[in-house]
Amino acid sequence: MSAALQAPLDRRSFLKIVAMAGGGLVLGHYVRPAAGAGPAGADLGREGGLFIPNAFIRIAPDGTVTVFSARPEVGQGIKTSLPMVVAEELGADWRSVKVVSAQLDPVFGPQFAGGSMSTPMSYTLMRRMGATARTVLVEAAAQTWGVPASECEAADGAVRHVPSGRSVKFGDLVAKAATLPVPAADSVRLKNPKDFTLLGKRIGGVDNPKVVTGQPLFGIDQSRPGMVYAVYEKSPVWGARPLSANVDHVKSLPGVRDAFIVDRTVPAGEVTGLVPGVAIVADSTWAAFSARRQLKVQWEAGRFPSSSWDDFARRAGELATASPGAPKVAVVRRDGDVDRAFADAAHVVEASYSYPFISHANLEPQNCLAHVHGGGAEIWAPTQNPDGARKLAAEVLGIAPERIEVTITRIGGGFGRRLDSDPVAEAVAISQKVGAPVKLTWSRTDDLQHDHYRPGGFHFLKGAIDAQGALSGWRTHHVAFGSPMGADEFPARFVPNYLQLSSDLENGIPQGPWRAPGSNTYAWVIGSFLDELAHAAGRDPVAFNLAVLGDRDMVPASGEHGRPYNAARMRNVVRQVAEKSGWGKPLARGKGMGLGYFFSHQGYIAEVAEVTVSAKGELRVDRVVAAVDVGSQIVNLSGAENQVQGSVIDGLSAAWQQELDIRDGRVVQGNFDEYSMLRIPDAPRAIDIHFIKTDYPPTGLGEPALPPLAPAVCNAIFAATGKRVRQFPISRTDLSWS
Amino acid sequence: MSKFTLRVNGQSRVVDVAADTPLLWVLRDSLGLVGTKFGCGIGQCAACVVHLSGAPIRSCMMPVSAAAGAAITTIEGLSPDGSHPLQQAWCELDVAQCGYCQPGQIMSAAALLANNPHPTDSDIDDAMAGNICRCATYHRIRAGIHRAAEIAAAAKEART
Repeated sequence: MSAALQAPLDRRSFLKIVAMAGGGLVLGHYVRPAAGAGPAGADLGREGGLFIPNAFIRIAPDGTVTVFSARPEVGQGIKTSLPMVVAEELGADWRSVKVVSAQLDPVFGPQFAGGSMSTPMSYTLMRRMGATARTVLVEAAAQTWGVPASECEAADGAVRHVPSGRSVKFGDLVAKAATLPVPAADSVRLKNPKDFTLLGKRIGGVDNPKVVTGQPLFGIDQSRPGMVYAVYEKSPVWGARPLSANVDHVKSLPGVRDAFIVDRTVPAGEVTGLVPGVAIVADSTWAAFSARRQLKVQWEAGRFPSSSWDDFARRAGELATASPGAPKVAVVRRDGDVDRAFADAAHVVEASYSYPFISHANLEPQNCLAHVHGGGAEIWAPTQNPDGARKLAAEVLGIAPERIEVTITRIGGGFGRRLDSDPVAEAVAISQKVGAPVKLTWSRTDDLQHDHYRPGGFHFLKGAIDAQGALSGWRTHHVAFGSPMGADEFPARFVPNYLQLSSDLENGIPQGPWRAPGSNTYAWVIGSFLDELAHAAGRDPVAFNLAVLGDRDMVPASGEHGRPYNAARMRNVVRQVAEKSGWGKPLARGKGMGLGYFFSHQGYIAEVAEVTVSAKGELRVDRVVAAVDVGSQIVNLSGAENQVQGSVIDGLSAAWQQELDIRDGRVVQGNFDEYSMLRIPDAPRAIDIHFIKTDYPPTGLGEPALPPLAPAVCNAIFAATGKRVRQFPISRTDLSWS
Repeated sequence: MSKFTLRVNGQSRVVDVAADTPLLWVLRDSLGLVGTKFGCGIGQCAACVVHLSGAPIRSCMMPVSAAAGAAITTIEGLSPDGSHPLQQAWCELDVAQCGYCQPGQIMSAAALLANNPHPTDSDIDDAMAGNICRCATYHRIRAGIHRAAEIAAAAKEART
């Protein structure tokens, strides 16, 4: 878990992830076959005429290699990439590999998809699983031929005796291999990456043929015999319980089977559990949706019924004027003497930045199919966190988690939302009451108004440039909604005089991890303000930022939860992106280039955006160039490029267009007509991706390419127009120029 | 409840539903054709696009009563075996991330190509602007449509 501890998560996500990861990776645990694979123990390895070296792999006499994909497929491509790792070490022919989604089963170890941690946590494990199977197959061939195993090698689904050129297919070795002992997974020899033939190639997603023909892959597509359809109304004002509802009238409506209040007092601060509400159960989704339009509920007042964004902004401004150590102003970090730095500075710059709450807006609305019966339950859910879903369902039902079976479906977008399992809690509560399989479907309005939001925030900054044009002082005050910026956030550790303050705004707003939590906004605030300082110093932004990054290679963590910062890796991607983007080339007025870079989720990524802003202020992103260092090996080049392209455009969509208005203790927006998502005409014209291989373990790409995008674009806007964007969404700033 | 006869993917299907039921929910709940997706329910995301008499429509906004009698094509019926040029191109270029919006994207693109076999980027932007892809696979969608146009043109040439 040391790698995971370095992941830049907010504290809440961090604690959750550590809890989910449990005792870490103990390879010995992976020898039991998966549930449904037949009896464990004496029959291990031979059940059904298959060779089963561990929980992840089964090889059949016809040569088919079945690989179990244990982590939820959320669009990050994990169902393809981790089986590729297995196949690479095994020496399998990819065309003979069949990938099967695993059920939730402890035999697979941690099964969550979050924090860009699937690759760093599973890469070496999957290599060992494949190498273990390969070792046994090679031994089986060597014994058959009476030759040393060291003279044999596995490739393309066969074992070859190198000196004689003899070859035998994996399928023909299954019977023999199944009788041999399986070596300990940490004792087997791994391939030299120089000999990889599959990893690093472009491989299409294993479910693509099913995706493009509309097969029932997703949670919302699942069904069971006797299934009924449910909707669940919660108070639009967060935290309010239903006092009464016209359930008798609703029950009389066409197609309605039942309607009832689910009451529960939600403990303060809890966002992941069962929220009280009113359930309607019907014969079809539409009958439930239609009946809901006639539902009338009296809600109690709610916990923070008057919270509104304008009030938060006003309070943040008041806190910003308070002194360090004043009530509600905590000193998070203090290095050197920041006041002296400002007094001695050649230039001092002050600015404030703010960003609103935004939604995950998964295109597949939250849903869950649950069947509570016989003292247990079955759940089919698009969940990033199946073990968490099971534990929550067990709590709601008051039964042991072992009595609950979880089928992990394909997920129509995660972005962190589906680490929380509130829809699962609702579905099991409803199924328990009605005694039938229940498919719960949230409306888009439910989804937008009961998300666990990316928190908004306010940052008040002051920076000093000394007589030599160097960054000499940095004061930052983060007014947050419960998740303050950590003490090691850049450029802490890189500025001699540094003061970080933190204040918290009391609020009742449900929040959760949103793609690259914290980093997705901090990168913009920090990267934009560094750009302001570079211009104040009269220096080129690339040169200025390289100077800030200094000349140390490894900058150690300074706090318990901090993480080391490899400044050499970051300088490298900054230099690379400058070179690849043609940084410094002359551009016409209204065109500009901007740099963004950020370390998050163990990835070092720099991006340059090139924009055009018309005199009237219309923004177009012409090109984004990304230099990406996620270690020594890109697993699936197609999937990796997809993640970077998606992160770049998602980052642009959030920065440019997205904003939730909070008024009277609730979100105002109710659907995509009021909440904007970037569409194809506004996508950057080109995204050039350069993977920079370095000698570090491979890490994940679901998140780290997103944070650098916003500062790159906003710094490019400044270069093009002289207008500094200090508020998200960008669309709120008038970019016109003359 | 009323009975409606629908012509879906070349088959005649009788459903007994409320007359105001959107075609989307008839397809998904009554006929088990779940490739057509629910995203917003108000015609804003186009995850629910199907063809009605060859034209792309948002099935979440179309009451079943208005769809009865017309030829309806869903993603399941776009080709008999998943070999429509767009389906081929989508697999070849690995367009999908989560994949949830892609049936709607493909159905919108299929309607575009049926009328305009060689669309420009600008034609694609115009025809596809209604379809949200939350994973933001827009570059590959654009490339996929161009590639499908090539596949279709090559197939046409081979036939003549």
